[in-house]
Amino acid sequence: MTASGDPVDLDNSVAAPPLPEALEAWRAGALDAWADERARHGSGARSRLVLDEVRGALATALGDPGCLVGLPPDHVRALHAAVLGCAAPGRADGPVVLSAVEHSAVHHAAADAARSAGSTEPREVPVDGDGRVDLEALERALPGARVACVQHANAEIGTVQDLERVHALCRDAGVPLVVDAGASLGHVPVPAAWDVLVASPRAWGSVAGAAVLALREGVRWRPHEPGEAGASRRPGEHPGTVDVPAALAAAVTLQGLLAGPLGAADPRHALVDRLRGALATVPSTRLVGHPDERLPHVLTLSALYVPGEELVRRLDVRGLRVGSGSACTADTLRPSHVLAAVGALTHGNVRVGLARGTGPEAVDRLAEALPEVVAEVRRELGAEDL
Amino acid sequence: MTAGPGGGAPDVLVVDARGLRCPLPVLRLAAAVRDLPPGTRAAVLATDPAVVHDVPAWAGMRGHTVESVGPVDDAGAKADGRTDAAGYRVLVRLGP
Repeated sequence: MTASGDPVDLDNSVAAPPLPEALEAWRAGALDAWADERARHGSGARSRLVLDEVRGALATALGDPGCLVGLPPDHVRALHAAVLGCAAPGRADGPVVLSAVEHSAVHHAAADAARSAGSTEPREVPVDGDGRVDLEALERALPGARVACVQHANAEIGTVQDLERVHALCRDAGVPLVVDAGASLGHVPVPAAWDVLVASPRAWGSVAGAAVLALREGVRWRPHEPGEAGASRRPGEHPGTVDVPAALAAAVTLQGLLAGPLGAADPRHALVDRLRGALATVPSTRLVGHPDERLPHVLTLSALYVPGEELVRRLDVRGLRVGSGSACTADTLRPSHVLAAVGALTHGNVRVGLARGTGPEAVDRLAEALPEVVAEVRRELGAEDL
Repeated sequence: MTAGPGGGAPDVLVVDARGLRCPLPVLRLAAAVRDLPPGTRAAVLATDPAVVHDVPAWAGMRGHTVESVGPVDDAGAKADGRTDAAGYRVLVRLGP
């Protein structure tokens, strides 16, 4: 058995330990901009100023200084706002189009939009075995659609979509495109191929409290939450306050990350390649997700005949903290819809997400422990020769 | 493992995995067909919804063919007399 070392976090595709710059910016924001940004006095003005600068900085970082930046409390709420805001009943009541591998919040919001508008069911576009959207199927689904939702990259399997082509198809069909960049912004360059963008600062190493909802000028968006009748609300804004310190941390950290190595240049890309190579030899397992068009820091693997929760538990005992898409590890006790959509085995799933600064030693420990743990569990279940 | 309820044609080996959670249904199926020749047909009955994904995934990894996948309204009475609620049935044929 591999010796246990200090615990190491290897489940950081959705939540990463906060970067020191995030904590510094948060603290400065908390001390300086705690006042309600709507207040008419000097303290409110101070918060308003910080918030305006933050929105401007984020818009610039996204490559569109003219876009409107909303700061909903978290990724899920930002996705709800993006989908429901664009799908609000109005002149166009066609269906919501979405890929099969969207975040579950997008699936929920799309179903909700269909129910409340009394309109047709959402049109789900299938993906191939690597998780890439079927572009021909997307093209067929777009005519008459109200809005299309295609993520930039997937947090579970790491596959990156061809957004330029997706957006071109949406443009030709006159359908606004909502892009969930919650797994990609801050890790890989995000092309300008979106009309609405959602991102998750928590996933790039900032603090929780504020997510990003960006609307290009001209995108039709309506508030979907209760609020003051007749009150004007900036597109993308939510009722309630903005977590200004968290928003400030998001802007500061994003600027820093975008100035550094992204994608294949990110050192994590090579670490994941190393892990892929080591784990490809484990018998009766499948690495899931596109081997090349992928996030630098994510890897997922499914192993036949073993329960995912058992793999996670035994790796945890060895100090290796990983995630899983298996039903036995989920709150809902349902398997990951992403694994199901790509036709991958849903049981025995281990998901790895590397935070920045993860060293090769952590990866090597996992490369050694995972095959051992899989073999151990199979032996106990009498599944060695199946 | 008998040609029990839901088995259909007599030449289908039925693996009753109702009440078992994944990965046991797949494990039982794999154990049941381990030494059987290509062309053998086997159906697994399960209440765990993951079988709908995992038996086809197993078949793909092992070079077998899925003939049908679907829910069953009445997975039939188990040997102890209890009738379970709706389940799933996946029919595979060994080999390509």
